[in-house]
Amino acid sequence: MAMDQGALVERVKHDPQFHELVRKRSRLAWTLTALMIAIYFGFVLTVAFHKEIFAQSLFGGVMTVGIPVGIGVILAAFVLTGLYVARANTTFDDMTHEIIERAGK
Amino acid sequence: MLQSLKRAAPWVLAGVTIMMAGQALAANIEVSGKSDLNIEAIAMFLLFVVATLGITKWAAGRTKSASDFYTAGGGITGFQNGLAIAGDYMSAASFLGISGLVFANGYDGLIYSVGWLVGWPIVLFLIAERLRNLGKYTFADVAAFRLAPTPIRVLSAIGTLVVVAFYLIAQMVGAGKLIQTLFGMDYLYAVVIVGLLMIVYVAFGGMVATTWVQIIKACLLLGGASFMALMVLAKFNFSPEAMFQKAVEIHPQASAIMGPGALVKDPISMISLGLALMFGTAGLPHILMRFFTVSDAKAARKSVFYATGFIGYFYILTFIIGFGAITLLLQDPAYFKAGAVAAANGSFSPADMIGTGNMSAVHLSQAVGGSLFLGFISAVAFATILAVVAGLTLAGATAISHDLYASVIAKGRASDGNEVRISRIAAVVIGLIAIFLGYIFEKQNVAFMVGLAFAIAASCNFPVLAMSIFWKGTTTWGALIGGFLGLLSATVMVILSPSVWELTLGHEKGSALFPYDNPALFSMSIAFLGIWLFSTLDRSARGDRERAAFLDQYVRSETGIGASGATAH
Repeated sequence: MAMDQGALVERVKHDPQFHELVRKRSRLAWTLTALMIAIYFGFVLTVAFHKEIFAQSLFGGVMTVGIPVGIGVILAAFVLTGLYVARANTTFDDMTHEIIERAGK
Repeated sequence: MLQSLKRAAPWVLAGVTIMMAGQALAANIEVSGKSDLNIEAIAMFLLFVVATLGITKWAAGRTKSASDFYTAGGGITGFQNGLAIAGDYMSAASFLGISGLVFANGYDGLIYSVGWLVGWPIVLFLIAERLRNLGKYTFADVAAFRLAPTPIRVLSAIGTLVVVAFYLIAQMVGAGKLIQTLFGMDYLYAVVIVGLLMIVYVAFGGMVATTWVQIIKACLLLGGASFMALMVLAKFNFSPEAMFQKAVEIHPQASAIMGPGALVKDPISMISLGLALMFGTAGLPHILMRFFTVSDAKAARKSVFYATGFIGYFYILTFIIGFGAITLLLQDPAYFKAGAVAAANGSFSPADMIGTGNMSAVHLSQAVGGSLFLGFISAVAFATILAVVAGLTLAGATAISHDLYASVIAKGRASDGNEVRISRIAAVVIGLIAIFLGYIFEKQNVAFMVGLAFAIAASCNFPVLAMSIFWKGTTTWGALIGGFLGLLSATVMVILSPSVWELTLGHEKGSALFPYDNPALFSMSIAFLGIWLFSTLDRSARGDRERAAFLDQYVRSETGIGASGATAH
């Protein structure tokens, strides 16, 4: 431990790259949050107000539009988490590492 | 002497449990004259119990410090934690209940399961890494990071214990009834066995044992459900269209099962339920606690990614299983009550199924895999219950020992050993209370309790946690008053809702004062507004200090500087 945490925090606070990191990561996180809310409530409100959209046949058979849409919402949840983790665990963690490294010198 | 007693205690308890199981079985044979017991199920369940007790013994040997006990020393990998989270979250109610809902109403089951999944991305985007960076053992660590520890920990502990209590009662009653049906065992014996086993896992094996019970259960459940879905699809040459075709032909509701039905009554209820599920997940103490078992924010994120994948996959399986039950069981009198009458096309009504439609997945396991697979799925259902109640008990015990005892009562002067001792005692007490409550609630309708647990998690725990992390202006007074208002309003609105006031308490229809079954839309708003308003009004010197401390907390929560690391083993 080269320097104590308080001093480290103090330096990071004034590092413009830290603010850039937080801005970028927060933007991604809140965008994805809004997207998930929009997808889910879009799905649920369609169920509430226009069920007939989901009840109609997809290819003329018994399969309805609602089934791929419902499964699509499940897949969307998985894909969105994957997107966030892919960005956060590489680019953002590298940036975080750099910021802490620089502040520790 | 004390040491050897401590070492022997799990085995004594385990022995008692197995003896009780044996006695329950013997009693059943005597009373009924014939054995309608599920021998394969019992054999496989005993195998699971012996294996998990073996793990508990191994875990007990590795559990030395408070960090070992609460968080498995932070040494769980992201993938393992993802499985454990899935094991913590996929309850027997969701396995049997959702496949039963699909069996009875088709598409509505999918609407329902989608709601249970969409909270996970929110947990990842907003909570997981910040929780891991700021906390040590409980979410109260995070909320109390810059706010006054005593009141905030009391609030968080109450929020935790209330959520755990309702969730636990629902699980215990469900467990008793399920085991009664599956194993032909007396309700009380079933509840006692579940209670004793969860005490052994948690009190002796702590987080290490709880995690492995959850991982094993998740693998068994995902494996069993995958096999069932595969067998169903194989009957239709892997053509979903052919399966849906057959289902529409024989289901009493015909093509109505392929689209949304009566599940959604009014948009307000639906939005309210959606909010409770979405944000309640991010306020469940036993789920939040799991993020401290991994080494850092990176692993915390990975765990949510894997968990979302496993849980989403599981819900897709339950949809196939429900349709499998329609196509393979609906025309077979063997699965329906003796007096049930079949319609002209030879199908029965889903409501007439033996053990109700909630047993459709269990019956389906027999249809696709014979009695051996039926035994396997029954044992998995039992294991599923154990994993969920163990997670809940550990979260409750930790709130008592870490938040109430170590921080509030001992003011941070408790030794590691004392804290863990209190936690073990708390686990035993919670287990005994759960057995007692499970017993007295046997005849009650407890279906609303899980919904209430989610509503409180979304209206008390989540707002306090989110506002303390994200909003600079949050002060102790704001969090305290807003959090309590959320807790109180959610509880009162649920009691005054039609499903509790009329259906559970038996008041006349139309007399419920609160018209919606889920309060989250209103109680969450009350909590957030309350926190904002009372923080803004807070002009105390402490409030100013708390606002000034935000930037430090912010840097730590975003970078992980000073985060508690994994203890070396």
